[in-house]
Amino acid sequence: MSDTQIDIKKYLRTQFFPQMWCPGCGHGTVMGALLRAIGDLGLDNDDVSVISGIGCSSRISGYLDFNTAHTMHGRALPTATGVKLANPNLKVIVPFGDGDSTAIGGNHLIHACRRNIDITAIVMNNRIYGMTGGQYSPMSGPGVKASTAPYGVPDRAFDLMELVKGAGATFVARTTVYHAKEAQNTIKKAIEHKGFSVVEILSQCPTQFGRKNKTGEAPQMMEWYKDNTVPMGSKKLEENPDLIQRGIFVDEQVPEYCEVYQANVIDKVMKKG
Amino acid sequence: MTKNIQFIPGSDACIEGALYAGCDFFAGYPITPSSEVAEGLAAELPKRGGKFIQMEDEIASMACVIGAALAGKKVMTATSGPGFSLKQEGIGYACMTETPCVIANIQRGGPSTGNPTHVAQGDTMQARWGSHGDHSIIAMTASNLQDIFKITVEAFNLAEQYRTPVILMFDEATQHLREKVIIPEPGEIEVIDRIRTKIPVGEQYYPYRTDENGQRPMSDFGAGHRFHVTGLHHNLLGFPDVSPENVNALIHHLVEKIDNKANELARYKEYYMDDADYVIVAYGTTTRSAIQAAEDYRNQLGVKVGVLELQTVWPFADDIVREKCANTKAVIVAEMNMGQIVNEVRRVVTQPEKVFFSNRVDNQIIKPGDIKAALKMITGKGV
Ligand SMILES: Cc1ncc(C[n+]2csc(CCOP(=O)(O)OP(=O)(O)O)c2C)c(N)n1
Ligand code: SF4
Repeated sequence: MSDTQIDIKKYLRTQFFPQMWCPGCGHGTVMGALLRAIGDLGLDNDDVSVISGIGCSSRISGYLDFNTAHTMHGRALPTATGVKLANPNLKVIVPFGDGDSTAIGGNHLIHACRRNIDITAIVMNNRIYGMTGGQYSPMSGPGVKASTAPYGVPDRAFDLMELVKGAGATFVARTTVYHAKEAQNTIKKAIEHKGFSVVEILSQCPTQFGRKNKTGEAPQMMEWYKDNTVPMGSKKLEENPDLIQRGIFVDEQVPEYCEVYQANVIDKVMKKG
Repeated sequence: MTKNIQFIPGSDACIEGALYAGCDFFAGYPITPSSEVAEGLAAELPKRGGKFIQMEDEIASMACVIGAALAGKKVMTATSGPGFSLKQEGIGYACMTETPCVIANIQRGGPSTGNPTHVAQGDTMQARWGSHGDHSIIAMTASNLQDIFKITVEAFNLAEQYRTPVILMFDEATQHLREKVIIPEPGEIEVIDRIRTKIPVGEQYYPYRTDENGQRPMSDFGAGHRFHVTGLHHNLLGFPDVSPENVNALIHHLVEKIDNKANELARYKEYYMDDADYVIVAYGTTTRSAIQAAEDYRNQLGVKVGVLELQTVWPFADDIVREKCANTKAVIVAEMNMGQIVNEVRRVVTQPEKVFFSNRVDNQIIKPGDIKAALKMITGKGV
């Protein structure tokens, strides 16, 4: 299906607009990519449930015309786990921030990976806490300037892809808002994937990250994504190993949690009884 | 018809109550002395097609039951002490989003890890005020296993009716006690299911609009009425709205929907209260010793002592406690903490100076002798 055929407005709560994101914020592009992916899959509004945490990224749930919950900071994944296990027919999507997913919610993230529950986690990674005024996140990385790191962040960042791979996620991918079409296709594959999928999308925060780190306005930040990321295994990596790889790092079939619980617990004991 | 009579521990009485009420989803994290509730439901729920999940911590468990409740399940989690502290943000979220759920807090010694294997009633105020901001809460308890069964069923009923978290404040002593429990036939005790909206799919559904019966009918995620849930101040559609009028109305609603029904929600029991000159106010395990002390005073000294057992701890039954304590010479409040409900009793009675306190915080249950020591001091007579 081409873009023009997808009417993403049918997935939006337009009465909720204008949305709260700053001009130039990357989160709107992620929202667009997500909705186009859902449109590509031909999903009905009632098929989808979007559960987010707290942060600028997590405000996305309010704008979407599905069953949506804006939960607690860090607690989107366990809430989504309850929704999914209670109603496995729903496509459950969790778009949230890098702070939400890897700091306060880091424990839930690794356990959702381990369980392999059929949820699509979309980490909107701007390497900063946007909503609370630009404090550093576990994804900021050494030297980044933040309101709580005026001399530069002292600690190392997670490599989210390695983290979730290690924890057992069965679909792991990274893309950026500069590569919007790629983001759309990646999210689509992640939603289609049966099991826990993590899509990291680098998304600029010109207001908090951009200003403090003198990275320029949104267009310059997006260009940075173009210049500093390469498709997985690209030859360019040999010359410059600091380049960030994009692509699908893991895509494997492993028994899914809700199905395992149904087959190996419920069906088994009910048959016995 | 042969009655289903069982000789079981308190944890099983709670499990049987949950199953009788139709609980079909449990998420939890093990902690002494609550783990038996999780273990029992892990075994029982799948037999009925229900689901059990052991989460990575108590915060996750609380969030998980909230998610399952939004998708239509009757949900429960169980915990103790430190786990109850961790659940507080989620309890506040459930209050704010009006999501029905039952949280069993099998109390143990605190603060901190305190004493996992011994009894206390130190979480009484935390149940009421543990989560930040203004909201009300329903918290209930019981002193014998038949009542634990019954109160557990009621907790689910009230959670669904009032769209609120209901906290079960049982304690280690009743959890591990074994007693005869008669499991009623289906229908003998009323089971109240969630009130679901009659608005046809496709028409605008307001998840937070009160109908003509004073209720706020719900829908389930996936049932066709798409709606938004947020812990932010929200309007009747569930969308964020921080206008002063809206916030004011919302906070008043959250508090008043429960506090205005305090008398209706009050479950209590009276023992020897008809002619009581002295009243012992107690709840949970403590009630058992209070009854013994009252009987000893009556039988051996002819002193008329009665017991008022609170089964609904929150909202506090101001009117009932005031009335029951009105014409008495003295009131003794017995609890296993440094003074929590005693302050509520002092707040509501007409003569607070007549209220005395009998407590223990040494891992031991309050014994009849402890309460009798207080009675001796007050009456001048001892047994
Ligand atoms: C328990 C708790 N701690 C802290 C906060 C404050 N808080 C709100 S959003 C946020 C960080 C959000 O950052 P991120 O998840 O990266 O999203 P962004 O705003 O950058 O999109 C924090 C710390 C909170 N709401 N709750
Ligand atoms: S503060 Fe940053 S993340 Fe938040 S809306 Fe503005 S640009 Fe986006």
